[in-house]
Amino acid sequence: MSKKTTEAAVAHRGYNVENPRKSWLLTIVMGLMLIYTYLPLLWLFISSTKTQGDLFSTFGLWFGHDFALWDNIREALTYNDGQFVRWFLNTLMYVVLGAGGSVLLSVLAGYGLAKFDFPGKNAVFAIVIGAVAVPGTALAVPTFLMFAKLGLTNTPWSVIIPSLISPFGLYLMWQFTRDAVPTELLEAARIDGASEFRTFRQVALPLLGPGIVTVSLFAIVATWNNYFLPLIMLKDASWYPLTIGLNAWNAQAATAGGQAIFNLVITASLLTIIPLIAAFLGLQRFWQAGLASGGVKE
Amino acid sequence: MSAIPVAASTPSAAPPKQAPARRPRRRWTGWGFVGPFMLVFAFVFLAPILYSIYLSLFQKRMVGGNQFVGLDNYTQLLADPQFWEAFRRVALFLVVQVPIMLTLSLLAALAIDSLKLYGTAFFRISIFMPYAVPAVVAALMWGFMYGNRFGLVGSLSDFLGVSIPDPLGANMILVSIGNIVTWEFVGYNMLIFYSSLKTIPHSLYEAAAIDGASEWRIITAIKIPALRGALGIATIFSIIGSFQLFNEPSILQSLAPNAITTYYTPNYYAYNLSFAGQQYNYSATVAIVMGLITMAVAYFVQLRGNREN
Repeated sequence: MSKKTTEAAVAHRGYNVENPRKSWLLTIVMGLMLIYTYLPLLWLFISSTKTQGDLFSTFGLWFGHDFALWDNIREALTYNDGQFVRWFLNTLMYVVLGAGGSVLLSVLAGYGLAKFDFPGKNAVFAIVIGAVAVPGTALAVPTFLMFAKLGLTNTPWSVIIPSLISPFGLYLMWQFTRDAVPTELLEAARIDGASEFRTFRQVALPLLGPGIVTVSLFAIVATWNNYFLPLIMLKDASWYPLTIGLNAWNAQAATAGGQAIFNLVITASLLTIIPLIAAFLGLQRFWQAGLASGGVKE
Repeated sequence: MSAIPVAASTPSAAPPKQAPARRPRRRWTGWGFVGPFMLVFAFVFLAPILYSIYLSLFQKRMVGGNQFVGLDNYTQLLADPQFWEAFRRVALFLVVQVPIMLTLSLLAALAIDSLKLYGTAFFRISIFMPYAVPAVVAALMWGFMYGNRFGLVGSLSDFLGVSIPDPLGANMILVSIGNIVTWEFVGYNMLIFYSSLKTIPHSLYEAAAIDGASEWRIITAIKIPALRGALGIATIFSIIGSFQLFNEPSILQSLAPNAITTYYTPNYYAYNLSFAGQQYNYSATVAIVMGLITMAVAYFVQLRGNREN
């Protein structure tokens, strides 16, 4: 290709490895991927501005006769005595307790694995890594039966307790701690007489910021999007998270005598994804730094 | 980083050449940090695994209640055509969808890492965005778009004057699910590759460029080999994901009731066995066998990856 010669020709104009010449061709090719990414989201947004009638009768990628977004939002929030708001609050609770607890456990255990040598350490590695390969659903049925025996099914605990463990979070945190916390620093604190926990809290923890943000985001996504576990554990709709609630609304149309509320399913879907997308955009500087500084590297 | 001033203020405590101090001493202290994780882990991972092995060795009989049957459930499974149909389906899914998805992710990561795109940061965050969308919402969105009632596929067929095969029909549904899964996870895998590419020192590229290496040569000789570890991780996650396929078919079921059977994937089969059929013992057997197959395949792939290294 002539690309090489062109590059040589422009080299003296200030282009280099750090700042190569931009390529329109590559941008356009990648633009196709962008269209693929945004198409369903665009459809979702446009559809949530439509009345149920317009949904069926107008073209999917353009607005309908009425702009019903605000009506749809109002109706979604108040339908069935504000069921959606209840599910939203449930999801928040599962995220705070489940994802929050999982981050706490991952940070502690990641630090323990990265900075200590203790009897049984290799066994911990082997067991956790081995368990990652066990499909989550292989665990679902026995977990359900176990929890049923303990009287935990149909309570929030049945969703929160399994969310506390994230082997991936542990792995990320262990890698991150190993690279971000110098052992000499810990030794210094110990020599100064600090207890192990104080050393962790005051010396190591401040260095772990980007790693913690990264692990938190992955834990929040996993809990917010959790579907399978609450599906089998919860019967009572008042404990549902958003995901199960949405599917219940959708399935309602197929049941005998059930009211089809597709406009609400669509608008509620939009409301479900907005908080996560906002979190990703707002925190991207931190989590991208966390990933880049050793998170996923082998 | 903020570590530097602290480290500088205590030079006497950490002399540069003190090799023994760098190695942590072998004491029980570490358990104080790892203990809480392992305790919960034992409760939500190890106990259920052991319990499901126990369950798979029993059968509920009309007379006599729960009876120990040894490996009977396993021999029944080996001869169960529904299980094998489901298994063949996810295996097909694995060999077709995963390579397509990972190739797209790799190309996207390389393109973004090349810094040759206008608006690199926008591309990076946009392509990752679908990962934040719950599988339920993703399956509903695509399911509605596939559908003939307010779907786009129907509109497109009318517009082009051709009949596009129904994405929710029995012939196309696996492809349609593959598209949803690809949409959800291209960005996630792209990010794994991208953060791995970021760890390559740029001086290597400069050295290669000075030696006259082409762009293509830099990709094949430096970038791809450096991605080996990330590729391995992404492949293993994708294998586990394919064998576990559940959310998308279970949600699409209400939109495509004729195309998605109760044993559409092994997981969906296990789910229906226990929650629609109360066959907990047999369901546990399905789950264990799929777990064993997944581990074997993941292990085999990892082994091959290491050997090629």
